[in-house]
Amino acid sequence: MNTFKPMRIVILIFAVGATCFALADDDDEHESNSRGKADRRIIAAVFDPTYKAECATCHMLYPPGLLPSRSWKNMMDGLKDHFGENATVDTATKQHLTEFLTSNAADRSTLRRSQRISGSISASDSPLRFTETQYFKRQHHEIGAKVWQRKSIGSMANCAACHARAESGIFSEDEVRIPR
Amino acid sequence: MRRCPKIAYSILCSLLTTAVHADPAQMMLDGYRNEAKAASSAFTDFSAERGRGFFAKMHPSKTGEISCATCHSSDPRKVGRTRANKDIEPLAPSVNAKRFTDQAKVEKWFTRNCDDVLGRLCTPAEKGDFIVYMLSLK
Repeated sequence: MNTFKPMRIVILIFAVGATCFALADDDDEHESNSRGKADRRIIAAVFDPTYKAECATCHMLYPPGLLPSRSWKNMMDGLKDHFGENATVDTATKQHLTEFLTSNAADRSTLRRSQRISGSISASDSPLRFTETQYFKRQHHEIGAKVWQRKSIGSMANCAACHARAESGIFSEDEVRIPR
Repeated sequence: MRRCPKIAYSILCSLLTTAVHADPAQMMLDGYRNEAKAASSAFTDFSAERGRGFFAKMHPSKTGEISCATCHSSDPRKVGRTRANKDIEPLAPSVNAKRFTDQAKVEKWFTRNCDDVLGRLCTPAEKGDFIVYMLSLK
């Protein structure tokens, strides 16, 4: 039995270390990169050619993991007045897009950041704008109103102005470049 | 052997005919022209000048006073911009050959954008004027 003791200690140290590491990394404000490149792809980068063609002609290609499935469902049911514009699509396209968006939504994601977004939204709420979620507000509290109004940014909906790889689901803090 | 030239002629003729009728913009215009004639006996033909006026005319909308030019830029040969900051490729086929080649796409955008700008569907006459104006820009 004694011969196993050092092994147990090693395992214990390793377990404690891993826990601390996980806790330290839990801080979204100061993302640790030590877990490797894959983890910076925090919102699932899912691609669908129909989604790109139908939705990203007018606006940024928002990763579906930014909103829960109930939000996407409501969004797709309200395309006649999509933030003031008619964005209707034919029935087959609507069905395809709804399936793509809801199956890759924040509440279906296994990735931490999507889970947190989903967790920040009350079950009775289904926001159409990610920028209205508590999660977004918490992450951007230090950005003043003047910054949002810059011509280079345009609006809060233009993630890619500061997060160059937003369309690939990469919102890592070290990649943020706020344009003048 | 003597029949060969005849066959060759007929093939050549049918190819030429197909080529003329396969111009998608002209085919679209033919369709809109028939619809416009059916809708009004007073309709004669499309006008690039009317199309120019239609493109620039301001209308009250859900998002303020807008015209086609608000997003497409006042010169359709230039790149426009959506309200959400995405570039819109030029509308004039002289600088963007893909325009008015896909009927379904053209109809989709007329449906969406006429509703946004005019608050109603565009008439076949308006669509034809619009396309003829775009084709007139060199």
